[in-house]
Amino acid sequence: MADLTSNFLGISSPNPFWLASAPPTDKEYNVRRAFEAGWGGVVWKTLGAEGPPVVNVNGPRYGAIHGADRRLLGLNNIELITDRPLSVNLEEMTRVKKDYPDHALIASVMVPCEEDAWKEIIPRIAETGCDGFELNFGCPHGMAERGMGSAVGQVPEYIEMVTRWCKAATDLPVIVKLTPNITNILHPAQAAKDGGADAVSLINTINSITSVNLDAMSPEPMIDGKGTHGGYCGPAVKPIALNMVAEIARNPGTHGLPISGIGGVTTWRDAAEFMALGAGNVQVCTAAMTYGFKVVQEMISGLSQWMDEQGYNSIDEIVGRAVPNVTDWQYLNLNHVTKARISQEDCIKCGRCFAACEDTSHQAITMSEDRVFDVKDDECVACNLCVNVCPVEGCITMETIAPGAMDERTGKPVADEYANWTTHPNNPSATAAE
Amino acid sequence: MAHINRENGVAAGRLDPTQVADNFTDLHPEYDGHEALVAADRCYFCHDAPCMTACPTSIDIPLFIRQIATGTPEAAAKTILNQNILGGMCARVCPTETLCEEVCVRETAEGKPVEIGRLQRYATDTLMASNTHPFARADKTGKSVAVVGAGPAGLSCAHRLAMLGHDVVVFEARAKGGGLNEFGIAAYKSTNDFAQRELNWLLSIGGIEIRYGQSLGDGITMGALQSDFDAVFLGMGLSAVNALGMDGEDKDNVSDAVDFISDLRQASDLTALPVGRRVVVIGGGMTAIDAGVQAKLLGAEDVTIVYRRGQEAMAASTFEQELAQQKGVTLICNATPVGVEGNGSLTGVTFAYTETQDGKLVTLDETFTLPADQLFKAIGQKLGDTPDALTLEGGKIKVNDAQRSSVSGVWAGGDCASGGDDLTVTAVAEGRDAAMDIHATLMGAR
Repeated sequence: MADLTSNFLGISSPNPFWLASAPPTDKEYNVRRAFEAGWGGVVWKTLGAEGPPVVNVNGPRYGAIHGADRRLLGLNNIELITDRPLSVNLEEMTRVKKDYPDHALIASVMVPCEEDAWKEIIPRIAETGCDGFELNFGCPHGMAERGMGSAVGQVPEYIEMVTRWCKAATDLPVIVKLTPNITNILHPAQAAKDGGADAVSLINTINSITSVNLDAMSPEPMIDGKGTHGGYCGPAVKPIALNMVAEIARNPGTHGLPISGIGGVTTWRDAAEFMALGAGNVQVCTAAMTYGFKVVQEMISGLSQWMDEQGYNSIDEIVGRAVPNVTDWQYLNLNHVTKARISQEDCIKCGRCFAACEDTSHQAITMSEDRVFDVKDDECVACNLCVNVCPVEGCITMETIAPGAMDERTGKPVADEYANWTTHPNNPSATAAE
Repeated sequence: MAHINRENGVAAGRLDPTQVADNFTDLHPEYDGHEALVAADRCYFCHDAPCMTACPTSIDIPLFIRQIATGTPEAAAKTILNQNILGGMCARVCPTETLCEEVCVRETAEGKPVEIGRLQRYATDTLMASNTHPFARADKTGKSVAVVGAGPAGLSCAHRLAMLGHDVVVFEARAKGGGLNEFGIAAYKSTNDFAQRELNWLLSIGGIEIRYGQSLGDGITMGALQSDFDAVFLGMGLSAVNALGMDGEDKDNVSDAVDFISDLRQASDLTALPVGRRVVVIGGGMTAIDAGVQAKLLGAEDVTIVYRRGQEAMAASTFEQELAQQKGVTLICNATPVGVEGNGSLTGVTFAYTETQDGKLVTLDETFTLPADQLFKAIGQKLGDTPDALTLEGGKIKVNDAQRSSVSGVWAGGDCASGGDDLTVTAVAEGRDAAMDIHATLMGAR
């Protein structure tokens, strides 16, 4: 049976599933129950400076978008960092860590961008026995207006500076949590690395308005007739997070920098995907907020089963395994030809593939009087839209046309050799092959 | 323990009122808002959807379900009613299991179709509850049309004509409108006086007058209607019933199932309606099922539906057959009646087994007798007397694709006309299509 033990940055945890810094990790009661439910670690909800804590709104904090059957696909929030006194949090963290020495407990921190503020709080928090720090440079709402959170994460120089302060203030691992609200994730990641960060974690939430109340003409969540942008998370953000994780993992300057993957992890498969793209572990929030702490049991059993089936013995064997296959568009093999294939046995005759192809794509699917749908190989460009809109998984698949066989669309046989855009005759800057 | 009256013969009050009320509640209870959203979510919004093709009135089902899913059931209702003004009743009585839901791709995929009928009811009920009518009359054309029969075909035709600006007078033989919606159809499919509520709502468009107690040959004649109106639509249904044609058919407690169903629908107190202890129904269609099930629900101890052919040949859908069996009704197939037993009052019915040989139904020698206090005949309805000028086809008024009869200026639709199944939804489609052709004819002639 596969060993799920995680040793991210030397921090041991029974499995690679950590709860992200968020409402689920705001207090001892929750964290104890999370550990009992099976979570490998938690990043305690972000601690702020000593003094009167921040306050939260007293109206709704969350907005959401739903898929079919009101499945929660995306959640946004306008909640701030912990609104409980620092001392209370520290006492609770100390107690929890003492009782769960084998579980990871990371302290998320956010104080003003002043060296003294960081240098003072980091050692104080370290006294709890926590395993490391996560610098919250990500929250895009509320705290950013006060020069913290994403206001820091959007300026690489600040990231590097604050990271350096923290590294000087502790021997414990320092993880820098990145905001996705930037144009190129590599700059903040590089800055964290340059500042001495032991790892980056990403993504934090994405600036968003989830919906508009059309009666009140206000964004949701609505507080007394007004709304503000909040941080978006949940299954809907996973593709954005995966790309940013992969970019950091494959970029020569940041390659090898440990990554804690965050963003819409809902199932074991999501976690495996993050890790395949270079994340050493994953952090989860929305799935727990939607289904409760018990979801981790599926993540554990699923990852374990998949690893056994694949013959992977440890987490390390998965991490980064797909990174070599992430490339630039220009290097994709233009001689690779596929065609859509519709399984008539599985087809339920809804016609969505036809509507999609006929109305919005390449008119490559025919529909007979008795609703039999077929692919016209001479028109099919293998765009995959039919596969994506088909409600029956596995009904439509893409078949690779073997080299030498005719591509009915081009009228030419499929070439055997790899050829990409860099050498394509239509590319004005192509380097001639000969 | 509920009181059960096991007295032999035909008697009222076999069950206590609570039990009867419970037995006759909605067969498919209405969705609440949450249930409707969950059900609507299952629709795939198919291209050229099979459900829409299967609907005799061609309702754009994927569109109306999407309108429900997006929080606009009133718009969904308008999509439905635009094609089928009796969409509320059809949502309740359509044999969806052999129409839209049978061909739903989720029936193919999972053996569980989108519940189109109940979603349609949710939409139309929501709209009707708002006391609004989604259609307005066009400017008056100055034309007037006579409609014979205030059943589904006649009402559908009348509404569409009124909407197009014509004045309509509907002549109805009975004292109430609605046709089979009011007098046929099992009570558990149309609860809370829905047929009358729908009728009143339909009439709220204006321009439709109903004259009750008048039928062809009784107060009106086709000739008079032709001279008094610009066009005539016949939608009087099937007013006669088939007879067994055997001795003893006139015994006490031997009656037509349609009369029992009608009496039941019109009864103000179901516990006052007498029913036999042991009931036999002869027939294999919806009427047989409706009569048999309702007899059982009234408290009959044994109810047996006997059909002369095999079960696969029954006109009643599989769903209806299963409903009957679920309610405790026994189905016997391949048996034909050969004797009505009893001196004066009915005591039993004797059947002979049948079998199909070389495509022909043959009556065998072996017989059996079912003890019975009450016998309902549900072996089909037929056209009543019709004006000689009309050409008939297969015992019905012959019409073309536009519902025109053989007589110029006279259209027909619904059960009395040739073509289509004898279903409410088919009658609505035919009435509507006749109205469109009448409109085109009248306006083209101007």
